[in-house]
Amino acid sequence: MASTILEMRDITKTFPGVKALSNVNLSVEEGEIHAIVGENGAGKSTLMKVLSGVYPSGTYDGQIVFRGQECHFKGIHDSEHIGIVIIHQELALVPMLSIAENIFLGNEHASYGVIDWDANETRTAALLKKVGLKEDPKTLITNIGVGKQQLVEIAKALSKEVKLLILDEPTASLSEKDSQALLDLLLEFKRQGMTSILISHKLNEVSRVADNVTVIRDGRTIETLPRKDISEDRIITSMVGRSLDDRYPPREPQIGEVIFEVKDWSVYHPIHAERQVIKNVNLNVRKGEVVGIAGLMGAGRTEFAMSLFGRSYGRHITGEVSLHGKPLDLSSVSKAVENRIAYVTEDRKTYGLNLIDHIKHNVTLANLSGVSSRGVIDDMREMSVANDYRKKTNIRASSVYQLTGNLSGGNQQKVVLSKWLFADPEVLILDEPTRGIDVGAKYEIYTIIARLAAEGKAIIVISSEMPELLGITDRIYVMNEGRIVGEMAASDASQEKIMRAIVRGEGKKAS
Amino acid sequence: MSTESAPAPQSGTAEDVKQGQRIAVSALTTNLREYGLIIALIVIMLFFQYTTSGTLFKPVNLSNLVQQNSFIIVMALGMLLVIVAGYIDLSVGSVAGFIGALAAMMMVIWPLGIFSNPLVVSIVCLIVGALIGAAQGYWIAYHKIPSFIVTLAGMLIFRGICQALLGGGSSVGPLPASFKALSSGFIPDVIGPLTLIPPTVNAAGKTIVGSGLTLHMTTIVLGLVAVLAYAYFGFRTRRKRERHGYEAEPFPLFVIKTLVGSALALFLVFQFASYRGLPVVLLVMGVLISLFVFVTKRMTIGRRIYAMGGNAKAAQLSGINTERLTLMVFINMGVLSALGGLIIAARLGQAVPAAGLGSELDVIAAVFIGGASAMGGVGQVIGAVVGGFIMGVMNNGMSIMGVNVDWQQVVKGLVLLGAVIFDVYNKNKA
Repeated sequence: MASTILEMRDITKTFPGVKALSNVNLSVEEGEIHAIVGENGAGKSTLMKVLSGVYPSGTYDGQIVFRGQECHFKGIHDSEHIGIVIIHQELALVPMLSIAENIFLGNEHASYGVIDWDANETRTAALLKKVGLKEDPKTLITNIGVGKQQLVEIAKALSKEVKLLILDEPTASLSEKDSQALLDLLLEFKRQGMTSILISHKLNEVSRVADNVTVIRDGRTIETLPRKDISEDRIITSMVGRSLDDRYPPREPQIGEVIFEVKDWSVYHPIHAERQVIKNVNLNVRKGEVVGIAGLMGAGRTEFAMSLFGRSYGRHITGEVSLHGKPLDLSSVSKAVENRIAYVTEDRKTYGLNLIDHIKHNVTLANLSGVSSRGVIDDMREMSVANDYRKKTNIRASSVYQLTGNLSGGNQQKVVLSKWLFADPEVLILDEPTRGIDVGAKYEIYTIIARLAAEGKAIIVISSEMPELLGITDRIYVMNEGRIVGEMAASDASQEKIMRAIVRGEGKKAS
Repeated sequence: MSTESAPAPQSGTAEDVKQGQRIAVSALTTNLREYGLIIALIVIMLFFQYTTSGTLFKPVNLSNLVQQNSFIIVMALGMLLVIVAGYIDLSVGSVAGFIGALAAMMMVIWPLGIFSNPLVVSIVCLIVGALIGAAQGYWIAYHKIPSFIVTLAGMLIFRGICQALLGGGSSVGPLPASFKALSSGFIPDVIGPLTLIPPTVNAAGKTIVGSGLTLHMTTIVLGLVAVLAYAYFGFRTRRKRERHGYEAEPFPLFVIKTLVGSALALFLVFQFASYRGLPVVLLVMGVLISLFVFVTKRMTIGRRIYAMGGNAKAAQLSGINTERLTLMVFINMGVLSALGGLIIAARLGQAVPAAGLGSELDVIAAVFIGGASAMGGVGQVIGAVVGGFIMGVMNNGMSIMGVNVDWQQVVKGLVLLGAVIFDVYNKNKA
């Protein structure tokens, strides 16, 4: 009785140097909730971008068949036209416009360009009722919470006569209660006959609502599990089932005493003052130790690191930090740097580099006093420092005068690393140090990390790639929703254990 | 000379030659871009020299040119930092007008006794300028109010105060001669003049003005010292780079650059010396330009301003106090606006309500013609100075030619647009 509404056959999508998707197959039945799960970077979002036409027909290989017809989308407009609507993780609403204006943005009830506000608002009210949102259509988006904004997005999708609704991590930034309400809504839509695709990390949600689960790993479909076979254990095994080969440099840890310690660290959201983002985090790092923080996107790891580093994130920050047993003043970035803490950002282009300046100036920026006296820069000293670090971190560039904006991701990352190495930190926090860089550069970064640990530095690595954490760290903390939910020795850890700690919010204590 | 640390390939002499050629070519192209603006200025000057039948380079006109445009250049130095830092300041013309009015009131109207001494007044005015800069910078730096809005408000406020101070439409003057010397004075000839060609005497026994050739020797000596220092420091830096094993531009290029630069400088010095010597305001400007070149090129604070303009978030996460830095940039702008105001008042010999009106646009145009980026992070002091002179020479040349003021504006607008288009095009190509 159930017919196939969507079929994606042998989808292959390559970016320069990377195969993001290879022969992915996905088949969705009419009227079901189909979940897609996979690690960060597994290719879920890429697949959905192919489906919705963000990557237009011709930029990938394979076939998309929707309701029996092969489709060649040139853009989002084409896919929306036939009823495929995607709601992205980052909501696409205009904050200073009202709910009604947002829902009909670009699609207003109008004649000859004159908007019929009454019609818009009446229809909006009807749509809001459908999604169970009790708000005046005239309310500005900025005045309602994220959970309600999510519902507005769904109402907007409904206004487009949606046949297939795709939700990308819809509950990532929602509270437990809002998440439940959203899932209930999905089930309600299902009863009315709508088909949805749910992309989620949260396996408890998936096992609650999904009829079928497709697991994607490393750009391939691993399997599709029917409802009766869905269990968290089964999904986790399928998600992470990958062997560790020698992608990591060998190292012999020489671990000393605890030198860096964080106690009871709590942080509130910079705008939504009532939301606690980091909840009583405790952690420590020993001399020569590489400590990992595992977790999914939105777990609060970056927020934690940035709030430590000169209070660069959040407010109402409480807690204690000590280095060698002495309390540290980290109230500004310059104090943090002075106290020999360094933070290498996850987003090197936005927070790490001055892209319109060259390597030399970027490398010395965090430690200008190291190349100057009384405020006057010694050009020769700066030059030799830059060349020195270019050698040490193996930055491939024609000279230190190359603009960092023209470097590859891996080399940019090495410039950021060089900048912080030159600041001579004792504690180095690396946030997603290998995001978006190729395998060769990854190995080089791992080698640098190993060398720094051997020099006796305390290193914290935040990463969403679990194999990476298992491969390069000595101890792993697992963070979820702003809390440390597990701690384990790397030798004792496995991807399953980490995943379990995340999804169940309970971790095995380290021995 | 190579910066590579890896052992050089033993076999590749051909490689070395190629490498050398590459360096030479890249040095030439970067230099062309760097000096393109100066070349443009020279071409524009030669053009007007031709169309004004030789009036432009006359010593008296050169002195005029400097005196008319010095306040633009002075304010452009501050504006360069503001724009490099990623902001804009629309209030500089009004602040200059207000400071001129304040100075005139203090010197002429208010009974301040010894405090109406021009030196004291000038110092007070510079401090007031700093306070104005701090007041505007405070909102921009610590409350993140867009600089465009804060300084637009400042533009209205200080123009209003300027007019109110002067009591409506009237002007206040005359200002003391010792104050006017700031703009219209020339440095004293402590060495004594040197007459090369005695002036011709007419039938009545009087000398004919402008005939003969008498040189202002202090100017000549200062000019020679400056040129020698320029060549010496250029040479020393070059030697130092070579000693450390870093590639320097090819030697012939360096020599040509130094010789051409020196020759141009000496020509101008000679022209000034054959009139009444170096204008005081040119000396002030020269000192300020050198200072700002040094600050932007060699000092950590300069580096930090560029980093902030290039990527404020990254600068902040590198330990740079971007708020304080922003405040300082605007304080500097305030001081230079005040100095600009003093120069204007000194040149006019009185304070007028319209002093400096619209000059913020000339100042901003100078900085953009000089190659600064509206997005921040890019711009050179020398570029802004040359940009200022390009605007000045065009004003001056077209006035001598008798071009209507309305059309002068059109031409200046086109030059601004053209310069920026050229720059953007060049950058995209690179």
